[in-house]
This record gives sequence, C-alpha cells and structure tokens, in this order.
Amino acid sequence: MELAEENLNEHHLDEKEVVDVVVRFAGDSGDGMQLTGNNFTEATALYGNDLSTFPDFPAEIRAPVGATFGVSAFQIYFGANDVTTAGDALDVLVAMNPAALITNIDNLVDGGLLIVDSGAFTAKNLAKAKYQENPLEDGSLDRFRVLEIDITKQVLAAVEEFNLGHKTGVRSKNMWTLGLVLWLFDRDRAGTIESLKTKFASKPEIASANIAALNAGHAYGETAELPAGIHVYKVPKAKVSPGTYRNITGTNALAWGLIAGSELANIDMLFASYPITPASNLLHELVRHRDFDINTFQAEDEIAAVCAAIGASFAGSLGVTSSAGPGIALKAEGIALACATELPLIVVNTQRGGPSTGLPTKTEQSDLNMALHGRHGDTPMPVIASSTPTDCFDAAIEAVRLATKYMTPVMLLSDGYLANAAEPWKIPDFSEFEPFPVEHYTKAEGFKPSIRNEETHARVWAKPGTAGLEHRIGGIERSFDTGDISYDPANHQKMTDLRQAKIAGIANDIPLQEVCLGNETGKLAVVGWGSTFGAIHQAVKRARSEGLDASHIHVRYMSPLPRNLGDLLRGFDAILVPEMNTGQFVQLIRSEYLIDAEALNKVAGQPFKIGEILAAIHEKIAATGSKS
Amino acid sequence: MNQALPKLTVKDYASDQEVRWCPGCGDYAILKTIQKLMPTFEQPKENQVFISGIGCSSRFPYYMNTFGFHTIHGRAPAVATGVKLANPELDVWVITGDGDGFSIGGNHMLHVLRRNVDLQILLFNNEIYGLTKGQYSPTSQTGTRSPSSPTGSIDLPLAPCEVAIGSGGTFIARTIDTQAKHLAEVVTRGHDHRGASFIEILQNCPIYNDGIFDQLKDKKVAADFKVELVHGEPIVFGKEQEQGIRLNHDSLKLELVDATSDDILIHDETNKVLATMLATMKGPDFPVAVGVIYREEKNSYVDDSQQQLISVRAAKGSMAELLTSGHTWEVE
Repeated sequence: MELAEENLNEHHLDEKEVVDVVVRFAGDSGDGMQLTGNNFTEATALYGNDLSTFPDFPAEIRAPVGATFGVSAFQIYFGANDVTTAGDALDVLVAMNPAALITNIDNLVDGGLLIVDSGAFTAKNLAKAKYQENPLEDGSLDRFRVLEIDITKQVLAAVEEFNLGHKTGVRSKNMWTLGLVLWLFDRDRAGTIESLKTKFASKPEIASANIAALNAGHAYGETAELPAGIHVYKVPKAKVSPGTYRNITGTNALAWGLIAGSELANIDMLFASYPITPASNLLHELVRHRDFDINTFQAEDEIAAVCAAIGASFAGSLGVTSSAGPGIALKAEGIALACATELPLIVVNTQRGGPSTGLPTKTEQSDLNMALHGRHGDTPMPVIASSTPTDCFDAAIEAVRLATKYMTPVMLLSDGYLANAAEPWKIPDFSEFEPFPVEHYTKAEGFKPSIRNEETHARVWAKPGTAGLEHRIGGIERSFDTGDISYDPANHQKMTDLRQAKIAGIANDIPLQEVCLGNETGKLAVVGWGSTFGAIHQAVKRARSEGLDASHIHVRYMSPLPRNLGDLLRGFDAILVPEMNTGQFVQLIRSEYLIDAEALNKVAGQPFKIGEILAAIHEKIAATGSKS
Repeated sequence: MNQALPKLTVKDYASDQEVRWCPGCGDYAILKTIQKLMPTFEQPKENQVFISGIGCSSRFPYYMNTFGFHTIHGRAPAVATGVKLANPELDVWVITGDGDGFSIGGNHMLHVLRRNVDLQILLFNNEIYGLTKGQYSPTSQTGTRSPSSPTGSIDLPLAPCEVAIGSGGTFIARTIDTQAKHLAEVVTRGHDHRGASFIEILQNCPIYNDGIFDQLKDKKVAADFKVELVHGEPIVFGKEQEQGIRLNHDSLKLELVDATSDDILIHDETNKVLATMLATMKGPDFPVAVGVIYREEKNSYVDDSQQQLISVRAAKGSMAELLTSGHTWEVE
C-alpha cells in the first residue's frame, strides 16, 4: 500500500487546557538540545503526564555551526491519555537557529507555537540554512504563533554576574529556553536545578550560571508581554496505575534486562562487543554494572566479539554480543558455530538504516530477514523483537531464558528508535520474576557431550573445570550418539532435523499470540512487530473510536512464530502489516500461512506517524468493505 | 590441591579419536611431545583447554583428552579470550597455523598478543595451506609454486615471530616439530610465562611443502643453519660452534663473525630491538634462530580484568536498587 498521511487535526493551543502536546527542541549539535529534552522529560514525568520521547541527532559529532546537517532535535509527546509514540505533527517547535527552523518547520501544525532565538538569525546563519530571505520578516510564518526572542541577549544579561565571558555565557541558552518551556507547561524547575548541580559539581559557577539562565527564562514567561494566544497551557495528569515510576530508554531497559536475566538464570555473563552506532550504548551501560555477575569485553572487531562470547559460553558463562546490521553480518559465521555446537548465545541487533553504512543514527527494521535467514547452512535460531523501550527489559530476560534452556543462540532485535527513545516505566517488583536457574552438567559417569534433554532437545552444558567431563566440540558435524566428529550421511540428516525440531519446539514454550487491542476476529488486523508498536496502537485506537472494526496484533516471537498466529490471522477479512522495511515480515506471513496480507512500508529513517497508519487503515477497510 | 591430583601420564592425554593427519606429518611429533609434556604441569586435567581454528593443525584438540573446542577459521584467539575471561582458572592453549593465525585470523593474533591474554599460542608453521590442498600461505617463500600460484607466488612472506614482537607480544619463541626436547623446553617456558606466549613451531608438510625445514633438522648440517638462543649465553653456532653473531654498531645490522671474536652478542631475551633482529634472521645469509627470542613481564589482560571486577564488586549489585536508581516518582 502507498504511504499516505492523514492530518490528525489536533492543533489545539487555542484552549488553556490541552489533552496532549508534541514539543520539539531543535538546535545545533552543540546547543545542548538532548540535555534540554531530557530535563523537560523528567519534569513532565514528575508532573504526571504520560509521555514518549524521540531523540533525533545527526551522525556528525560536531557538524559545522549553523549547518542543516548538524541539527540535533529532541521530541517529546506528553498528555493525559496513554502515549505510545513521540507524536506526529508538532504543537510546539523550539528553533535555536535558521537551520533548525528550516529542517523542522514543515512538521509544525497551523496555529502551532514557534519559539525562535532571533539573535541567531544572522545573515551568515540564514545563508548556511539556505534562506534567501529572513523568515522572521517575510511573512512566511504568519500561520503560526511566533515567539521571537533574542535569547542570546537575554542569556548574556542573566549570567552577566558570573563573568564567564561571551562564549561560555551563551552556552546557557538551552537552559534559558528550557526555563521558558517549563513555564509554558507549568512544570517544576527543581529537578533540573538538582541535576545541574550534580552535573557541574566541580564547576559551581557554571552550575549557577545555568540555573540563573533557567530561572530567567521562566521569569521571562511570567513577566513579559507575550503575543495574544501564548500563555500557560495545562495538560491534565494521565490516569496511570499506582506505583513507583521512572523514565527509561530502550537501551538501558535492554541492558538491565540482560542483567536481570543473568540474575534469574543465576549465571555469569560476558558481554562482548565492538563499538557501532546505535548499539554502543548497550556496552556503555553494562560496563557500569559489573557489580553484578557481568563482565564486558570491548573486542577488536565484530567477529572477535561474537567469538569471545561463544568462548565464554563454552566455559560456562552466558556469552552476549551486540551490534547493528553491518556488524551482525560479520558475526554470522560465529552464530552458526554456536548453533552447531549447541551453546547458548545472545545476539542483540539494534537495527539502523541500511544497506552498508546506510543511516547509522536513523531507525529501520530491515534486518528481519537477516535475523531469520542470514546464515550459511540450515541454521535456525529463535528471534525475539522488543516493541517498546520498556519492553526491551522483558524481551532481554526472555532471550536469556530461551538461550540457556535450549542451548541455542538467540537473536534479540531492537532498533535505533527503541534504543534512544524513553518512556515512563512502572518499576517492576523483581522478586516477583520467576527464576530459571541454569544447571551445568556434572555427572562424570556415562558422560557424553551429546546427552540431551528429551523434551527440549537441549544438549548438556558441560563446562571446562568439571572433572571427568573432558570432551571436544567443534564446527564439524557431530554424531548424534557420541558427539564425536561424524561424516555419516544419515547422521547429518538426523542432526539437521534435530536442530530444526529444537527451535520449532520452542513454539510450545512461548505464549500464544494475543490481540493487544480490538476483537479476536473481524474486518482488519493491523499486524506489527518491533518499534512500530506505538504508532500502530494509537492508529488502531483512533480507528476504533471512529467505529471501525480494526484490531492490533503485535508479534514478539518472530521465530518460531506463536503456534496460534495463523489461525488468529485467518479470523480477519484483511491483514495490514506496517513495517520500516520493504516488506519482510509480510512476506513471512504470506509464505507461512498463505494469507493475503498487505504491506505498508516506510524506510525514511523515521518512525511511522500515527496518521500514516490511520490513513492505511481507512483505505484498507474501505477496500475490504467494498469487496464484501 | 595439587598433592591430591592423581599422577597423570601421556596415556591420560590421548583421546579415543583416530588421528587423521597424513602419514609423516610433523603434527604427529608435536602432538606426542605435548601429550608427554602435559602431565609435567601437574594441573587438574579438567582445567586444561585446547582451542583451535581451522586447518590441519586445528584438528589437534580432537586428539587431546582434555576440554577442546575446534572453532572457526582464524578466530581461536578470540574464542580463547572469552574462555579465559569467563574462567581465569583454566589453562588455555591456542592451536593455530600460518594461514589460520596470520592470514584470516591476523587481526585476532595481533590483539591477543597486545592484550597479553594469558594463553599458550602454538603456531604450526608449514608455510603452506594443507587442508585446502596446497595453496601458498602468508609465510610461503616468494616463488612458491602451488595450485593457486602455478607460475610462482608473488606475495612477500611475513615472519611470524617478527610480527608477534611488533604486536606487543611478551613471550616469543621458535622451535621445530621433531626436536622433541627443544620443543618441550620452549613450550614449558611459555607455559610458565604469565601472559600470551607465542611459540612458532616449524612443521613439515610431507604432502605439499615437503622438506622446507630439512636443513634445520638434518643432523649433518643443522648446526650450520640454525642457532639455539640461550639467555645470557653467546650467540654462536656451527658444528664446532665456530661462528658467532655480532651487532655492527655503524650499520646497526647483525653480522656473522668468527666465534673467537670478542664482541659476540650475548643473548638477552629482554632486549626487544635485538630480539626483532634475531627473529628475522634467515638463510642463506644467516642461521635461523630457535629458542626463546623475546620475553617481557607485563600485566596480563585477564588479571587486570579480574582486578577491576574485584574492586567494582566490593558491594554486590542489587536488582531492586538498580531498578530504582536515579529519578523516580510515585503515582498514587
């Protein structure tokens, strides 16, 4: 299906109270937009709104000042109802320079609020952004509420007493702006002040200057004569279930899920990886938590990383490796070794735009085929896809459970959006998680490395250091009976069948597929996997509120598929599969179940918008209706 | 714990697998020597692990009655690093060849040496690809005629010991497959070394590269073609130990001189510059050096990793504390 977008028609800054708002902070890479966004997120979470965030930064570390390709942005969607995406169109855009304006203004709704630092709209910056005329003067912004402030000048005045000089003083621009936006949505500054004190503990004058700028921005909102229609907007608190909450990114949730998995399995973990965007943060997070039974190893390359993880698994720890698409491709031979030798291994793929270097900082779901099929030989392995930042925690635990129980490599899929996006998380009670302790084999009498669990087909895990269990394993085909090298034709057939049966059998050990929103049968099922969850969920919710018969099914277990999925899908007249690739899961559904599922694809490096999926639902239901 | 160990013999180290190297292969001699040597380390057999890549030499672990892992081409150093990080108590050996270790696996060799991971790395160098039927390898002499170079190879060969020193290796030695006593001595010293021990074993391939090291083995001529390095001893060779090696202080090059010369080099295992020169010596102008060429004490990667773990694990992590760390808020 062609990608189209419907305007959700939600610009509503006319009212003093609004149900939900999308705010985007955009500026130069060096302007501190991510820090601003994170602090606003904290304040919003404390205020009690549901929220979702989406950091969108360039691949360049320090792009030339004022360049359009150096624009770094942070988007937050918050409101009184459940929020599962970072939002479609913007209600508020903060543009710190002309480049930030020109790259984001098209997403601001008519009547939306634009806050610009007029001090940055110099002839030089305008030229860098390729503006022929100053948009602040040519009337092109008339359809928006525009708040033009010379923020640079305001900041310098606010921090004057600290004698920091122009260059350092100006760097507090982001905090001044944050102060203003906090005022705009009636958010508390206390959390930001605390975090500034901590961040600049060794430079108290910098902390003080930033706090002064923050307060000055807030005071500006309170005291200045603002244009008509710009005032404090109240966003009612969301109705959320009681408990202790925190914000968490997908990367951190995934890292913590791996730690939790190692605790539940009562096993040491070696996390071996090689730096690659957007997967590196997983290593950065885990290395900070070696107080658990976790060790980390920054390998010399992707291949060494997977091989060190396999070595650790051979030695009785759980080996985990992580990368993005290009790195996973390099690991393929190692993954097949883990499959052949039946050792546990977790491979995390934080997908990014491909092929090749592609779009390293942008999101995509185009490695599904590689996850399912991208190895030599008949090399099946379970593939699990996490769907939201917080779901990464549970998905990682599940990966540990399957890898250790079935003695198999497991592919755990995340993506650039999930990795960096954050959402509030009701902190689970860890004592309620069911442990699944690993038992290494120790019985020397009658030992063979080929002994396996009859039910799971899992091979014994006999680790070096255990007396009487000395044995050899390797990539050459092994005898089913002894584990020794075997070139016997019938044995290879048997072992190939065994490897297939072992992974296929996992379908009996995973939950049945549920419908996460809507009816169990009906006109249309929108079937997704991975990070499209939020956008699909909101789109289906809106379609249902319009009275349309649509359901949302979101698949976590990509291989083996839940054993009821085929029957479930057959209960719908039509199936729509939105994916951030050219149609990889839809092909699987079509070939696996002979169902006429239709693809909706987007590969723009950006997540789906709710309106894009909603438009497809409307079109699909209209077409299905006319058929019946 | 050691006194409780049963006395092990060479038989305890032979696995039940049929050895499948070609008749006359130098690997048999190495296998026998290592099997004999293992009991002398007086370690629990279950703590000894052999890890290999791909190639003729990499079949070695199948024939050792220890833990063994026949992995994938070139990656044994990386797998071994993971094994050692997971369990530093294990005595981990890497078995590799010239193609496995320095062609497809060159990067891992470089990094395992510079990290100084506590392993014994035995590189069987036969200067040819055996298992794939005789193509020239990165250590083959230029002009080697092979199925993939019928008119002679044009690659310039690399010298494993020289590369190992350049990679930051802390124990570099060379020995010969059939010289059991020398092989055992060198490997024992490598085993005693804390860190990565790199031992190049010149190994004959009777099928695809037969006799390339004959000059170093033939009792009649070997003394003229190789020099046995002994730490603290003059570097002399020849049937009557009549030749010596000295450093020309003007050219900064090694040269052969009469053994009676008063400036014969005394072998210093800890001198990296001289070690590099000795490692690259070859015929026809120079004898080939065997023995421990270079040795240096440096922190081992796994020891340092363990030290960091001990320090960060002073207080064991708590999942409940982790989950509630940082900013949290209550919803009632």
